[in-house]
Amino acid sequence: MRRSFLTGLVLVALLLAGCRGTQSDNPPFHMNLDMDFQQKFGPQEANPFFEDNAAMRAPVPGTVPRGELRNNSALYEGRTEAGDYVDQVPIAVDRAVLERGQDRYEVHCSVCHGKAGAGNGIIMRGDYGYAPASSYHIDRLRDAPDGYLYDVIANGVRNMPAYGQKVPVQDRWAIVAYIRALQRSQNATPDDLPADQRMELVEGEPDGTQPTAAE
Amino acid sequence: MPQLFPKKANSLPILSLGASLLGGVLLVFLVWYYFSPEFKVVGYQPEQPVPYSHETHVDKLGMDCQYCHTNVANSKHANVPATQTCMTCHSQIRTQSPKLLPVRESWANNEPIEWTKVHHLPDYAHFSHAAHVNKGVGCETCHGRIDQMGADGVYQAEPLSMGWCLDCHRQPEKYLRPNDEVTTMGYTQPASFIERNLDRIKEEGIQPPTNCSACHY
Repeated sequence: MRRSFLTGLVLVALLLAGCRGTQSDNPPFHMNLDMDFQQKFGPQEANPFFEDNAAMRAPVPGTVPRGELRNNSALYEGRTEAGDYVDQVPIAVDRAVLERGQDRYEVHCSVCHGKAGAGNGIIMRGDYGYAPASSYHIDRLRDAPDGYLYDVIANGVRNMPAYGQKVPVQDRWAIVAYIRALQRSQNATPDDLPADQRMELVEGEPDGTQPTAAE
Repeated sequence: MPQLFPKKANSLPILSLGASLLGGVLLVFLVWYYFSPEFKVVGYQPEQPVPYSHETHVDKLGMDCQYCHTNVANSKHANVPATQTCMTCHSQIRTQSPKLLPVRESWANNEPIEWTKVHHLPDYAHFSHAAHVNKGVGCETCHGRIDQMGADGVYQAEPLSMGWCLDCHRQPEKYLRPNDEVTTMGYTQPASFIERNLDRIKEEGIQPPTNCSACHY
C-alpha cells in the first residue's frame, strides 16, 4: 500500500517536472505581492483615472522643456532663418558621426531603402504593396540640399511617414551624413581614392580578385 | 504484566526514520523545484490585444530590435513602440487585416494599445536597460530567442530572479558580447570569448554591482 503510494508520488513528480518553463498564460506566482505593484505609475503603465487609460500624459502643444529651447533653425529644422534648406550638415562630421549614421541608417532606414540606398529594402522586395522607396542614387536626391534630407527624416514626405519621433536630432544629421557617403560610394571614380589605394585598384585583376602585392 | 507494545512495533523506529528521511528529501525537492522562479515565472505567455509576431518582424523581415524599441540604449525603460510606429508600415501594408484592427482603432481614437507586460520586475527592484546594452549584454541573454516567438506572443524565457541576476553580476565575462552584436539573435561566442570579455571588463572598468543600493535603492 505504502509502496504504491510512494511510487505514485514519484511518478506524479516526474510528470509535473515536464511542466517547468513550458508556455502558459498563467501569470507568474509570487508569494508576497506587497510591493511588487506599487501605488505609483511607471513609464507606459495604465492609469484608469484618465479616459485613455494612460499614465503618460501628452504635454500641451507649445510648451518648451527647460534646456530644450530649439532656437537654432539650421540644427533643429534643417532650414536657414529665411526658410531655405541648409546646404551642409550643421554639425561637425567625423568618422564617429558617420559610423553612428551607418548604425542608425541600418536600423531605421535600410528596411525600405536598402543597405546601399538603392530603394530595395526587404519591404520593397517582398511585394507588400508599400509605395516604392526612392533610390538615393538619382540626380534629384544627389542635388538636394542636406536640409531637405533632414526635413524628410523629421517630418516625412508624401508616402513616407515621419521618423522624427523616433530618431533624435543628432542621429538625424548623422544619417544625412551617411546617406551622402552612400551617394558618393555609388557614384565614385578612381580619382576619389587616395593615390596608394588607386594603385591597388589598377593592379587588381579584372575579375575583381585582390592583387597579391602592391608595388 | 502484559506487553505495552505489540511485537510488530519493533519495525516502528526504522519505518519512521525511513519515512522522515524520504519525506525530507521529497520536501527539499518539491520546494527547490516548484517554488523556484524557473517553475513559477518562466514561460509566462499572456494573450496580447494584437497577435504580434516577433518572428515575422525580426526573423522574416530582418528588422533590428531598435527600430521599435528605440530607447533601449539611452533609457532605463525599453519602450514598447507607440501606435505610430506600427502605422509607419501598416498604414499601407495589410490595411484590411482583422488582426490589426486594434492598431487602427488606437490610431483613429488616439488611445494607446493596452499590451500586457510579460517581464515584470517588482517595483522595488530598479533596472536600467541602457546600463546593460551599452556594456555589451545582448537582448537574447535575458529575453531568449525573441526572433522565434511567433503569433502566440512573447513568453518569459529567463527567471529574472535575483539569484539569476547575480549569477551574471558575479561572472559577467561568461555573458558579455561586443556592442555591435547586442541585438544579434543566435549569436555564438567565439572560442576565446572569456579572455576577450575579461580584457574588455578591465579596459572599460566594468564593475557589475553586487550591493543592495545598485537595484533596491
